[in-house]
Amino acid sequence: MSTITEAKHSLPTGTWNVDPVHSQIGFAVEYVVGTFRGSFSPLDAKLEVGEDGTTKLVGSVPVAGVRVQDENLSAHLQSPEFFDAERTPDISFSATEVRRSGDEIAIAGDLTIKGTTHPIEANGTITDPADDPYGGVRFGLKLETTIDRTQFGLNWNNPLPNGKPSLANDVKLAAELYLVKE
Amino acid sequence: MKVLGISGSLRGGSHNTKLLRAAAEFLPPYVEFELWDGLKAVPPYDEDDDIDPAPAAVAHLRAAIAGADAVLFATPEYNSSIPGQLKNALDWASRPIATNVLRNKPVVVVGASAGAFGAVWAQGELRKVLTAIGARVVDAEVAVGHADERFSDDGALADEDLRDQLRETVDMLVEETHLRVAAAA
Repeated sequence: MSTITEAKHSLPTGTWNVDPVHSQIGFAVEYVVGTFRGSFSPLDAKLEVGEDGTTKLVGSVPVAGVRVQDENLSAHLQSPEFFDAERTPDISFSATEVRRSGDEIAIAGDLTIKGTTHPIEANGTITDPADDPYGGVRFGLKLETTIDRTQFGLNWNNPLPNGKPSLANDVKLAAELYLVKE
Repeated sequence: MKVLGISGSLRGGSHNTKLLRAAAEFLPPYVEFELWDGLKAVPPYDEDDDIDPAPAAVAHLRAAIAGADAVLFATPEYNSSIPGQLKNALDWASRPIATNVLRNKPVVVVGASAGAFGAVWAQGELRKVLTAIGARVVDAEVAVGHADERFSDDGALADEDLRDQLRETVDMLVEETHLRVAAAA
């Protein structure tokens, strides 16, 4: 006797809002001799999944919400030569396609940074909805992708004594989303 | 709208100060222009002195920049770079780094020199410094070479091409400043 479990291919129906306290977008980029990490928060995102499976996912995060370990570095990241928070205050994402197979998920969409939009695809995992301790229902999404920051006009660099750039162009993004049913 | 002019040259007959005055002529009539004359009084940067209250000349500089919507810089070139006194003043203005008065401020750099090249290397260095400080550096350049021959007795910029370049550069600065003022409104 065998048990056949059919992999789930759709997302839980309903309207789901991001829990901004526990969600964030992390970034990691090679810098000089190691990996420099930081995050953006608070995240604003909404997922709408219809009974027919139609899925809409949009999200954004303020550039001013960049979290690094030094206020001067934070100010540099927000300056015109980097993210230019004054002119382009938000980083935003809008999904164009969501594919699920069991607990694995892939989301394609348009990412806008510094006013420039490029298509990206992020891969990760999804949990089943669960009752939370606050009387609500939530599920989790973890997504990762790698982008070339120079595609978005983030061209800052500082050469090392050997002439090579100190900051890599590839940046790993890792989204951690807690989605709470409306 | 108010634009502050900062000349990197201290001498009375400075070509760069003349260049600032010539640039100010191209500002729209609704723009107030102030030529900052406190550069010589700014003391050498010393972190021990970078306390509250700031030295009077430094407080004056910071207040002048904070009170302006944009800053127009004109720099001579000393040994392929910007004059020490100008760099020193900017080092003062850049503190505290995260909240300094030049952060997001639209600025533009022009320059004059007695030699052929019109302080292009100094202008490049000044743009680099201003970018690092966090200013919004307008992507324009006006290089007035052979400056001894470029100004008439009344201080006007005599070369028509240079006048056009200067007008376009001032227009770009005003446009950037409008964008910022509109966004803040």
